[in-house]
Amino acid sequence: MKLSVIAWGFVAPAIIVIGTFFVLPVFTGLALSLTDFDIYALANLRNLRFVGLDNYLRLLRTPLFWQALGNTFYFVVVGVPLSIGLSLGSALLLHARVARFKPFFRTALFAPVVTTLVAVAVVWRYLFQTRYGMVNYALAHIGIDPIDWLGNPHLAMPTIILLAAWKNFGYNMVIFLANLQAIPEDVYEAARIDGASSFQQLLYVTLPMLKPTLLLVGILTTAGYFQLFAEPYVMTQGGPLRSTVSVLYFMYEEGFKWWNFGTASTVAVLLFGLILAVTWGFMRITKDEVNA
Amino acid sequence: MRRMAGLRAALSLIGVAIVVLGGCTPSASEREILRFWAMGREGEVIAQLLPEFERKNPGIRVEVQQLPWTAAHEKLLTGFAGDALPDLCQLGNTWIPEFAALDALAPLDKLAASSKIVSAQDYFPGIWDTNVVAGGLRGIPWYVDTRVLFYRTDLLKQAGFDHAPRSWDEWKRALAAVKDKAGPSRFGILLPLNEFEPLLALGLQQPDPLLRDGGRYGGFASPGFRRALEFYAYMFRQGWTPTTGNAAISNVWSEFGRGFFAFYISGPWNIEEFKRRLPPERQGDWMTAPLPGPDGPGASTAGGSSLVIFRSSKHTQAAWRLIEYLSEPAAQIRFHQLTGDLPPRRTAWRDGHLADDVYAKAFLDQLERAKPAPKVPEWERIANAMQLMAEQVVSGHIGIDDATRELDREVDAILEKRRWMLARAKTP
Repeated sequence: MKLSVIAWGFVAPAIIVIGTFFVLPVFTGLALSLTDFDIYALANLRNLRFVGLDNYLRLLRTPLFWQALGNTFYFVVVGVPLSIGLSLGSALLLHARVARFKPFFRTALFAPVVTTLVAVAVVWRYLFQTRYGMVNYALAHIGIDPIDWLGNPHLAMPTIILLAAWKNFGYNMVIFLANLQAIPEDVYEAARIDGASSFQQLLYVTLPMLKPTLLLVGILTTAGYFQLFAEPYVMTQGGPLRSTVSVLYFMYEEGFKWWNFGTASTVAVLLFGLILAVTWGFMRITKDEVNA
Repeated sequence: MRRMAGLRAALSLIGVAIVVLGGCTPSASEREILRFWAMGREGEVIAQLLPEFERKNPGIRVEVQQLPWTAAHEKLLTGFAGDALPDLCQLGNTWIPEFAALDALAPLDKLAASSKIVSAQDYFPGIWDTNVVAGGLRGIPWYVDTRVLFYRTDLLKQAGFDHAPRSWDEWKRALAAVKDKAGPSRFGILLPLNEFEPLLALGLQQPDPLLRDGGRYGGFASPGFRRALEFYAYMFRQGWTPTTGNAAISNVWSEFGRGFFAFYISGPWNIEEFKRRLPPERQGDWMTAPLPGPDGPGASTAGGSSLVIFRSSKHTQAAWRLIEYLSEPAAQIRFHQLTGDLPPRRTAWRDGHLADDVYAKAFLDQLERAKPAPKVPEWERIANAMQLMAEQVVSGHIGIDDATRELDREVDAILEKRRWMLARAKTP
């Protein structure tokens, strides 16, 4: 009895902090999503209506929400494999025995991760500027007409994906690199004695050894990419034709631009559920594979 | 320790100073302290106008706090929620309906009616009207902002026009002629797709209101707005304007100088910008003109900032005295010199150096026809929805009929809460 009181005393500070700054806000958000809290309710709580699941039903009928969801999925489905592929590819290159100036390239490829996004976005906007941008300038040399990268609704998202992949691949690259260095050399030696080509070594030795890391990196990157916000915010403000509005950007507009905290909380809850489901699915699939 | 001693010495010196000065002016505790929030550039220069006010009103001391425009709205709402609003504040006049809905603004009708300085007749009517919400006066215009036509006189002359267009028909002819001379890589007019003001101005020129039934429902399917949207989309269809957001125009001023477009709809701040940023040899080639309307000179937006007193203030009289001081024509002329902001009173235009400013003339003319946007708190969101729909129309995704109907549906949904509030207010 006494012992448990002491034990509670020890964990109390942590529980209080977690309760105040994590559990409470989460439940407030959940509760908020069942109301129509807005600017009028801020003026007078009498103007607050409990609307039950109306926010959720209305959101599911809002075309822009579905568009935001579609844009986000597009970003995740194309961006995550591209980003991880880039990371893995550059890690393998850096790990290759013939590579020179390894520390230099490692730093150079990691540099975008630690650069401020806003500064990067300014440079990218210039690079992709229609009339004076370097990209179109280079394309002109091989006879391609200027392309309106950020103004064309079909190209704006690919441009954003390119930016995000370039900005983030260095981080995963470092993780992959560390794991590549941890694979024991004798496994490769054994493979070589068995007559495996270097491609077969990659396929049957390197990748299986990297599998846990791949899973981890996959989950983290997917969860991170679902929360796409800063890139469209600084590059396109959601345009053109709302083609770069992500779920989080939609939530930001509802909450902080229009002060509809009820709707914004609803979006947050839905996004939370979505990421949870996808991550769970991810783990489930890989677990099945391991067991099979 | 040494530093502490120094601090103590300094503090006692200040104490002595207060005692000594206390003899001739009211001491700090007797003086009424006014807390005044001002934004952006205005917040920077207001300090230069205040010493004279404090000299004339020795009993009042003004404490100015500067807010950046980007954070102002949020800070004001947090201030409201936390009961920490200042006594008076500079408020963008499109925000007035919102803060009136919060019941945060003190009514100014009586104060203005008995004032010798603030006389409603001297103000441009459209601008004054933006401060009247549900029949009550909530703010006094401080400076004004409306959109007019900036244009390249030389390009227009080349196209065979010796004056700026006055009606839509004339404008269409001028645009077609300019585009004809300009070729495929240059344009007649720049209408950035991420700005709602140009289309809003065209919509305000119509007789039909943009919101129906006291701001309860959208009025975008009216013949008037459809005409405005049609004209807007027509300029894109004809290839008179590039289909780009601001992202693709790296620098409006240099593009205007290069002749990438001949017309640009913009506000008073760009007078100074064009003077400063266009190369000297281009300075003779541009002018401003009132916005053309469907038949003859048309209306335009009524923006700007007002001075408001918050209901929570305990110094209403002193705050009103500061508003009166800042509303005097002399103070407004000086304010224009400092900021370039246009004064809302006709007297300030007649007496000051503004009377000789050729670029400002179009604004003076336009201000007589400035028209407020619907005064509902949800307006900014509605204007945003309007522009997004216009973007859809321009890109050919949706026709005018469907677009205006769909827009009304969206706007009706945005105004649902307002309808509920109004209905409840009627039956308490």
